[in-house]
Amino acid sequence: MANHSPLRFKNRIFYALVAAGGLVVLMGLYAAHMMEGHGHIITGMNNQIVWGMPHVFAIFLIVSASGVLNVSSIGSVFNKPAYKARAPLAGLLSIAMLAGGLSVLMLDLGRPDRIIVAMTRFNPTSVFAWNIFLYSGMFAAVALYLWTMMEKRMNPWSKPAGLLVFVWRFVLTTGTGVIFSFLVARQAYGTALLPPMFIVMSFAWGMAVFHVAQSSIYEWNEKLLDPYVQKRMKNLMGVLVIAAFYFVAAYHLTNLYFARQTGFERFILLDGGIYPLIFWIGYFLLGNLLPLLLIYHPALGKSRSILSASLLIILGGFSFLYVFIIGGQAFPLSIFPGYQVTSSFGDGAIGLYQPSLPEIMLGMGGVGIAFLITTIGVRVLDFVPHELPKSA
Amino acid sequence: MSDTNEMSNTSEQRRQFLKTSVGAAAVAIAPGMLMFDMAHGKTEAVSGKVRWGMLINTANCEDCDKCVKACNKENGLSGGLSPTDSQWIRKVELKDMRTERSLALPMMCQHCAEPPCVDVCPTGASFKRADGIVLVDKHICIGCRYCMMACPYKARSFVHEPLHDQKPDVPRGKGVVESCTMCVQRIDKGLQPACAEACPNKSILFGNLNDPGSEISIKMRTEASTQVRADLGLDTGLRYQGI
Ligand code: SF4
Ligand code: SF4
Repeated sequence: MANHSPLRFKNRIFYALVAAGGLVVLMGLYAAHMMEGHGHIITGMNNQIVWGMPHVFAIFLIVSASGVLNVSSIGSVFNKPAYKARAPLAGLLSIAMLAGGLSVLMLDLGRPDRIIVAMTRFNPTSVFAWNIFLYSGMFAAVALYLWTMMEKRMNPWSKPAGLLVFVWRFVLTTGTGVIFSFLVARQAYGTALLPPMFIVMSFAWGMAVFHVAQSSIYEWNEKLLDPYVQKRMKNLMGVLVIAAFYFVAAYHLTNLYFARQTGFERFILLDGGIYPLIFWIGYFLLGNLLPLLLIYHPALGKSRSILSASLLIILGGFSFLYVFIIGGQAFPLSIFPGYQVTSSFGDGAIGLYQPSLPEIMLGMGGVGIAFLITTIGVRVLDFVPHELPKSA
Repeated sequence: MSDTNEMSNTSEQRRQFLKTSVGAAAVAIAPGMLMFDMAHGKTEAVSGKVRWGMLINTANCEDCDKCVKACNKENGLSGGLSPTDSQWIRKVELKDMRTERSLALPMMCQHCAEPPCVDVCPTGASFKRADGIVLVDKHICIGCRYCMMACPYKARSFVHEPLHDQKPDVPRGKGVVESCTMCVQRIDKGLQPACAEACPNKSILFGNLNDPGSEISIKMRTEASTQVRADLGLDTGLRYQGI
């Protein structure tokens, strides 16, 4: 049956992929089980760096889950056929990444067994609680949207449903940014610039993830992507990367402008050891410059280099979040401005953090969940973009 | 042509998808809907006429850690100093960067009147009693650590390992967050917090901030004292002298 359509994965590759994805998910679950038994002592997290590797993975997945919907929004809200054909795949990727990211967040809790408590008790002042609501609503909205696209009778509704998703994902990414904006006492966070920055970054990362998924699907099905579509999408991705970089630059520049933040900026950009290294090499060089070169250099810009560019943008996203989340906590809180402080609890000292295997496995498990859902969805439910006979 | 076959196949699959996804969506959104119904009111037996606080005089605070030891003993903490060990109270050494003046003080939960930890807690596990003491309900905390991110004073610890030999009146638990409770178990018995009692120089004065006649209120009225990071406007229940 699979042979009917060249667009479907070959059976063998499909099962191999499912097995590989399943293995990664199992490893993640095993890591979570270990963390539950031994406590977070087996992770690199501690009382100074309270959020670590799992949060880097989870936030990347959740933010990208919102960004990938860009593709559907351009299709349904702005009526671009090339994007419309891709909207279902984007929706699937979004649900998959949301599921992966949320699983990681949940399994990293100190008491994952109390997830029911988290879902039934709602503190209205907590941004975190709003986010739980936003995430579950997102699932519903995207599923509804997919339904309106896939079920013929519902087709007329796909535009309003697309609009709902469009609005919802803005709110969701804003909410993710606000989680950090609310931490007023921490130098790294507590700025109103974070929500828009997260929104623009989500576009770039989501686009990159979409490209990787789309290229892989086309590759395995020995299909060629319409060069016109390819060009459009790659240019959009380039613009989004530049826009995201602009926000990151603005974030650091405004920090530099406020005198009390210069210490933090020095740390993150200059003398903070591993963090400036990851920022400049991982985020700036590999995650921005190189992909832009691959996208815009006239001799490059073919499908292979766009795939590499997308992978690099994803790497850049992880680098950014590592520096933002972990570097942001490593820099000591300023509890007594004007004083030099020391204590047994790390006051005035750079927080130490060494990611451990279990927490990396847990994070990878989330990626595995996203991968598994996507692979199965594409294969079983025919999410492959169907190009209209001829667009123009 | 196989194309038509393909088409009907596809729509069959899509119908199937629809059924599954609607079910999944219902499961996913239910908790979100439920949350709206949950008002969370707490009825405290303690009175709002009281606001417990402490006034710490750094002039008398010397190079000792009797308050820390007393806290550990009272609350059953190990006293370990690794980055994953709980420290409800710690001694902080300060040096003024301009004048080089040195001083030391005990630092713990400041029992804010506007506690950021309570604002951000998704479940309401972090809460403020009517008498101003900020606590974590060990049975509701899910261990997300958002409160630790939000606390400007780094007052909270996360229990990273299974615990043994706990004290019956001080519930603690692996995977949840904890911090100074002002020794509620003692206050509710009419005693002072362990640290205040242990300080040989009486540097920690405990009392009711809402009672104008209490020793602490009189002292705060007549002598200068300050809140740590007063700029954040959290109205802390702990005040310091000499910083
Ligand atoms: S000092 Fe920290 S833990 Fe204590 S009430 Fe204030 S914010 Fe909460
Ligand atoms: S760790 Fe516990 S007390 Fe702190 S915010 Fe999360 S649920 Fe609330």
